[in-house]
Amino acid sequence: MLADYLTVDMVQFKKEAQDWEEAIRMAAAPLLAKAAIEQQYVETMIENVKQFGPYIVIMPKFAMPHARPEYGVNKLGLSLLVLEKGVTFESEKSANVFLVLAAPDSDSHLILLSELSSVLASEEKVSALIAAKTYQQVADLLKEEAK
Amino acid sequence: MKILVVCGNGLGSSFMMSMNVQKAMKELNIEGTCSHTDLASAKSESADYYIGSPEIMDQLNDGSRKVISLVNMFSLDEIKKALTTNILKG
Repeated sequence: MLADYLTVDMVQFKKEAQDWEEAIRMAAAPLLAKAAIEQQYVETMIENVKQFGPYIVIMPKFAMPHARPEYGVNKLGLSLLVLEKGVTFESEKSANVFLVLAAPDSDSHLILLSELSSVLASEEKVSALIAAKTYQQVADLLKEEAK
Repeated sequence: MKILVVCGNGLGSSFMMSMNVQKAMKELNIEGTCSHTDLASAKSESADYYIGSPEIMDQLNDGSRKVISLVNMFSLDEIKKALTTNILKG
């Protein structure tokens, strides 16, 4: 499932980003290009962090920017950005991996999240994801999960 | 025992966290329910314990609620430790 959404055009590897805002914009770009989300969704994800704090950093080095469906989601989607050099948030959290979640309603994404949850429960896989340099490495990580 | 897992939107992170909290509750034999919601709704929903990231818990904690902050919501060890310290020994 995860691999069906995180296709090669949805995964990017970059050296660095200026700040967390730019990282969210970069990470969301493929979804925007595919019209899975509207520009408003990108702005809302950024606003959410300003309003609630960096709670989207759901584990050390791993951020999952998202917002509610009504702010411009056209279809279910995921996009991934892996930064060589992490960006910091307030409260000294930092993240190298940005996984943008676009959910068109309250439940169609839950199966993706439960799959993701089992990837993230493995420290080994998380470290491998943070260190990933190629799409193939990411795809292999996700495939293992599908077995 | 009612545990409420809270995040900013009640959509993604809290759902994933609640699956892990349920797993931890089972392993520790804590009887009860665990559901998830967003910060705004959590303010008007009563529960025995509220669990979430430190930023969200700071905003929820007005002195009247028992809150538990988690740094890594995917670490079953961290969740189990947090539940043990706060609930079983609390």
